[in-house]
Amino acid sequence: MGKIRTRLGDGSVIELSESELRSDLESGTQEAAERGKIPPLSQDELRYLAELFKRPDRTVGVDVGKEVVLSYDCGPLKIKRSYGTASKFQSLQILERLFGADTLEMAHVDYSYKPARQLLWMDQPIMEQALLVTIPAMFYGAMPNLGLYTQPDGPCTNPMELLPQGKIAEARASFEEMVEHAVNDMVLVASTMYEAGADGINFDTTGAAGDGDFLAALRATEVLRQKYPDICIEMGMAGEFVFGMHGALTYDGVRLAGLYPHEQLKLAEKAGVSIFGPAVNTNTDSSCPRDVARSSTFIKACVKNSNILIHGNVGMGVGGMPMQDVLPVDSVTRASKAMVEITGLDGL
Amino acid sequence: MSVAHSLASGMGGIRTAGDLVARMEIARGMKINEAKEYVAKKLEVSVVDLSDPVVMNELRRDLDIGSAYVLPGVAQGIDAKFRIAELLDIEINSVKKFEERIGRKLK
Repeated sequence: MGKIRTRLGDGSVIELSESELRSDLESGTQEAAERGKIPPLSQDELRYLAELFKRPDRTVGVDVGKEVVLSYDCGPLKIKRSYGTASKFQSLQILERLFGADTLEMAHVDYSYKPARQLLWMDQPIMEQALLVTIPAMFYGAMPNLGLYTQPDGPCTNPMELLPQGKIAEARASFEEMVEHAVNDMVLVASTMYEAGADGINFDTTGAAGDGDFLAALRATEVLRQKYPDICIEMGMAGEFVFGMHGALTYDGVRLAGLYPHEQLKLAEKAGVSIFGPAVNTNTDSSCPRDVARSSTFIKACVKNSNILIHGNVGMGVGGMPMQDVLPVDSVTRASKAMVEITGLDGL
Repeated sequence: MSVAHSLASGMGGIRTAGDLVARMEIARGMKINEAKEYVAKKLEVSVVDLSDPVVMNELRRDLDIGSAYVLPGVAQGIDAKFRIAELLDIEINSVKKFEERIGRKLK
């Protein structure tokens, strides 16, 4: 067989020999297994992936009957950020009627709970009216984004300025204060949108600002689950590993720093999350086959250990997808198919 | 990217029965296969039919639960959701809120 055309994690085209392909798949799954202390993919699964990447087809898809539900982050922002001139209503209807979206998500352009709180008076009526003219389940989504709570834009001293001064205790106290502010904003926005009629809330890119970010989302989930037993809460993660920006934060006695997806999942379940979205980072220097094998290994471990729904993050730079703004369909559809058929997840 | 995922592995939203399967994941926490089987049973079709736009477009018109190709006089929003809630035997938050707003239950 000739060379296999694929891509690096940065999106650039490369060619691999069959033995290089097999070696990349093996090393991807082994690395995930070692880091996460989870089982690697089986030889059958690696053979399946090898066949998938050897196919010359421009696009691929799951077998008929194996389709899954798609949930989305950023909803209308996907159109707004391309400077598509559509209102939030129009964007949601485009997603619903033209993109074949299984679920919808309303969101503000800044996509963080802190600014969303300021705009509730404008976004709540939009949510109420959008619910009248659309059919699929509607989420409201934004990020915990702890970084927005630091001075000069926020109320807390920036821990990143305190740490170089050796003020460890002060930096940690500041992180803890940021968590409290974030929980208040997330609960307020989520409550308002749920009471406006939304079907669910998405805490997206959770953990982007480290362990405090993850803790804020867990605590907000706990409050909302108690307040609204039927609310659907989706928690999409920012990366495969929770950074210890504070380092000593815990939830239910478990230290958050350093947790991998299958460990994050257990805490999400405990807090009351309905849909967990594990994110596994793409290595831009690795081949896409290696990144897909690595991601599938982590996400398969989540599905195997989960009592809740798993919707894997398969977007720019995660889930075996290249780190690119404009993604090639050969990579997207291979990552999409592999993720569904190897891991058995409930959605993407 | 959304379109590529939808083509590769998505259920198809209101073009098919993707929104209905998603409803069961959200309302009852059903895993994907359980949700598909539940919806297929309610609609009296096979699981494979759920992602077939030809079968589902016709069925959605018969049931008047909204479809991607809108014709005059058919359900397009909250009216479709009232029927979906009844069809799937679930509570839909926006339907409940609508009833609260008008001060009475419609069914």
